[in-house]
Amino acid sequence: MQPNLVKAAPWLVVAAMFLLWELICLGFDIPEFLLPAPSAVWKVGVEQFEPIMMHATQTFLTTLAGFAIAVVVGLLIGMAVGSSPLLYRAMYPLLVGFNSIPKVAFVPVLVVWFGIGTVPAILTAFLISFFPVVVNVATGLATLEPELEDVLRSLGASRLDILGKVGLPRAMPYFFASLKVAITLAFVGSVIAETVASNLGIGYLMMSASSSMNMPLVFAGLIVIGVMGVVMYELFALVEKRMTGWAHRNPNGAA
Amino acid sequence: MSFVKFENVDLAYAPGGALAIEDVSLDVREGEFVAVVGPSGCGKSTLMKLISGLRMPSGGYVYVDGRQVGGPLKIVGMAFQNANLLPWRTTLDNVMLPLEIVEPYRSTLKKERSRYEAEARQLLARVGLAGFEDKFPWELSGGMQQRASICRALIHQPRLLMLDEPFGALDAFTREELWCMLRDLWQLQPFTVILVTHDLREAVFLADTVYVMSKRPGRILVRREIELPRPRDLDVTYTDAFAGYVHELREHIGRVRAT
Repeated sequence: MQPNLVKAAPWLVVAAMFLLWELICLGFDIPEFLLPAPSAVWKVGVEQFEPIMMHATQTFLTTLAGFAIAVVVGLLIGMAVGSSPLLYRAMYPLLVGFNSIPKVAFVPVLVVWFGIGTVPAILTAFLISFFPVVVNVATGLATLEPELEDVLRSLGASRLDILGKVGLPRAMPYFFASLKVAITLAFVGSVIAETVASNLGIGYLMMSASSSMNMPLVFAGLIVIGVMGVVMYELFALVEKRMTGWAHRNPNGAA
Repeated sequence: MSFVKFENVDLAYAPGGALAIEDVSLDVREGEFVAVVGPSGCGKSTLMKLISGLRMPSGGYVYVDGRQVGGPLKIVGMAFQNANLLPWRTTLDNVMLPLEIVEPYRSTLKKERSRYEAEARQLLARVGLAGFEDKFPWELSGGMQQRASICRALIHQPRLLMLDEPFGALDAFTREELWCMLRDLWQLQPFTVILVTHDLREAVFLADTVYVMSKRPGRILVRREIELPRPRDLDVTYTDAFAGYVHELREHIGRVRAT
């Protein structure tokens, strides 16, 4: 009974939210152009299934492209920053400062450089999602136990040896944890850029729907983004569990 | 001829700062079992860093095997109070780690893997870890982890084994078991051991020579040879001769603390 409840709980919460939303719309007789009821959103979703899917695919691929760049760049910067105290001190303020800039403010700059379309969206997704990867990889590397480093150094291990044998494997749980955060941020980035500067993607779809007061379609777009985010998050949570099971061991499993 | 030699060694961690150890001179011959005891914070661990070449002395000279130490030595194995096994590797793979770094094993590891693996299994069996080779470190008890850690320090057959309070975190019974394990390993195939500890019974039971260090800055106060016959059995720890050594060393430590 108890495990079943735990499994069903997230679905129940979502169902309850939609139900409450529907009841509020009905009960207060809220006009559709302010807040459409879930049933109206569902209706539009079914009617406009094909264009929604087309835009969703665009957003999905844009997000994945930006995320992939973020993973590669984040891993490289994180490795550099985490394995050198000098670089750590030197780069951190710059990285933090850069991360504090709202990325939506950066989209116009990207548009000037690359024009309207997919490229600014990919780059925005990348810019918004690489920071957690950098921070986590750097933290994983920088918190290496000094004794362990001594053991290896006394054997004549080079810095590259230490990084490959101990640093990176040890940083992997941090890295995979950051992927979960980064993928959801990447969706934020690509949708922001699409609303401002694109004629494709869920962001664009929502923008054009809201300008014609088609609120059910706007909400359909929001829900599609949410679903994609949850699915990708769960996917990376699964990957994390698979790859770094040793870090998530059951405490009762020890002999 | 001495294997490890310190000549008037000083070390300050920060240039011009307070000395961690001061004017330390000692001589260790090949195959000798040396214990260094002293109050905590007396620079015992600093001594280990100097010998292994992880730190350069601020003054004086450190020689190992007739040569002045100028960088990390590859003939050294190390183990610490914390076993520091890698949680993503099995016990066997943890023990094999040095072979992936030290020559000539490093370049022959691919070809001779099965032979090295057999050697590692044999070493693990010798310390009582047969059957645990493929378990992960977190599936082992603290004492077992420490056994594996010492195997890792010995797998590349170092000529010098350095132990920094390796049994400090274990309970009294496990600790005595591990004394015997270390004694047996050393007796089977002698190598030079430098054991840093604050357990006087441990020092007297295992070592040929015990050095007592003073409070910071650490200086060598006493060098005492332990002339108990070998092989030593745990029973020796209940003899008067043993108690005499412990008592004598204890008095020196007491004097260190009083001043």
